[in-house]
Amino acid sequence: MALVDRLGQTLDSGSGGGIILTSVDALANWSRGKSLWAMPMGTACCAMELIAASFNKFDFDRHGTFPRPDPRHTDVMVVAGTITRKMAPAVKRLYEQMADPKWVIAMGNCAISGGIFYYDTYSVVRGVDEFLPVDVYIAGCPPRPESLQDGVLRLREIIATGSISPDRVREAVLTLPSSGAVSFGKRPGEGEAR
Amino acid sequence: MSVEIESRECVVRGDGGVVEQLVVNVGPSHPSTHGVCRVIVHLDGEVVTKAEPVIGYLHRGIEKMAENRTYLQVVPLTDRLDYVGSMYANWAYCRALERLAGIRVPERAEYLRVIVCEMQRIASHMMSLGSAAADSGAATMFIYAFDQRERIIELFEELCGARLTYNYVRPGGVSFDVPEGWVETALAFCRTHRAALTEMDRLYFGNVIARDRLKGVGVLSAADAVAWGASGPVARGSGVNFDLRKHDPYSVYPRFDFDVPTGSNGDCYDRARVRLFECYESCRILEQAIAQMEPGPFRTEGLPRLLAPRPGDAYDHIESARGSLGVYLVADGTPRPYRMKVRSPAFCNLALLPMLAEGHMLSDLVVILGSLDPVFGEVDR
Repeated sequence: MALVDRLGQTLDSGSGGGIILTSVDALANWSRGKSLWAMPMGTACCAMELIAASFNKFDFDRHGTFPRPDPRHTDVMVVAGTITRKMAPAVKRLYEQMADPKWVIAMGNCAISGGIFYYDTYSVVRGVDEFLPVDVYIAGCPPRPESLQDGVLRLREIIATGSISPDRVREAVLTLPSSGAVSFGKRPGEGEAR
Repeated sequence: MSVEIESRECVVRGDGGVVEQLVVNVGPSHPSTHGVCRVIVHLDGEVVTKAEPVIGYLHRGIEKMAENRTYLQVVPLTDRLDYVGSMYANWAYCRALERLAGIRVPERAEYLRVIVCEMQRIASHMMSLGSAAADSGAATMFIYAFDQRERIIELFEELCGARLTYNYVRPGGVSFDVPEGWVETALAFCRTHRAALTEMDRLYFGNVIARDRLKGVGVLSAADAVAWGASGPVARGSGVNFDLRKHDPYSVYPRFDFDVPTGSNGDCYDRARVRLFECYESCRILEQAIAQMEPGPFRTEGLPRLLAPRPGDAYDHIESARGSLGVYLVADGTPRPYRMKVRSPAFCNLALLPMLAEGHMLSDLVVILGSLDPVFGEVDR
């Protein structure tokens, strides 16, 4: 187990190991990105669109994304809906129960910033990124199921930049969408020659 | 955090046997709790001895927020109350406001409101029937029901541009008139929907496993339903013939010929079946409303953007898919409501859960919860 944990680092430090590492990374990222099981953290209205996305018309399964309401089986947590102060510890705890590698999609304005509940309310957490590292933000109140599917495709692009070597795993930097329906967190070094 | 054991203790039973009493936490994130309901269940073996619902996980303070919004700005907030059926809260709020400010609504707008709310009833019942069926293991039913719901949502999208939070019913009317060809699509939907309902009836209620899971589970007597303030399909499943559309007729409902389906046993089967039959009645109302609707204005012209009703209060209620949904508004002469209170049928119906679940198996708890059809946006507000 310990050897597996150190495999990435060992490969990275040895001469020529980087070639093997990138090949292993490519395989790992391909398999991770193509079967993203989703933990549907649906709390409010967006949960309806999350359900709609996985049913007849939109058929999420064709992207390899399957809702599985058990944190230990899932790769990506889709936070769909308003997170209140009372709910936030439960969401955090569920996120901690998910096995690495794991990602978070903030679906809808409430999960991004509190949305319509940003002002004048005493009980709403202003965005799930106050306590979770969010990878993809999907704007909308609620977003259309197509937006959610686009968000998952964006998440694949982020996953494609990952590595099994801890030295190469880059911290997710959280950015809010500047324009368009879907944006995703840029990671430092993304697109740079390494 | 889905289901976990909180504590275990040994208790001595009356007959001298020692049993292990488990306290199990279900939720707030659980696939079968229809949102963020948390239930603390006390178990004797697998039998529920006590179930305590814990609510408030979606308390967003909408009633308080309304005090800082102008009267028109509150309408989008009411969308987020009952997110499975947004049109109802829109309408209940607008009715209370129209009563408070003395706004007259054109007849075409009333017909449009009836049409969208009956469609919303079908959409909401499809969600309820589908998810309740999925809880009892019949996932196929969910797919059939969701197909029907999706068709209505497409119609709503064509009408007002939104799939879920419509903001369609506005004070003094509705936001848009029907687009060209919409009425024909809606009538065509009614025809296909009846066939789909019959198919679903055979598929789910004709299934012997589904019947075994639902019949005799969570029996609510008519007297209890009245005493606990249950309304909607939950009360009607117990044989309480109470429907605000018939017994306190509002809008143009007296002009339609429709029946109020009621159950007789008050178990989960009757509650679910009442929802299915209500969809047939909604189709009837839809067809009559579309036939009777005359061309004309769909909203009151010349309504000020900043409404400031004279000090006073008003209460109005409508029959939502979950029961009688009421909105109480207090005005103090300023452009903002002094107080808004929502009488939520989902909250009153959820209060029945401890009584209904007692003595049933843990797996029946989710079926009972599904048959009560709570929506937590409305329970917690």
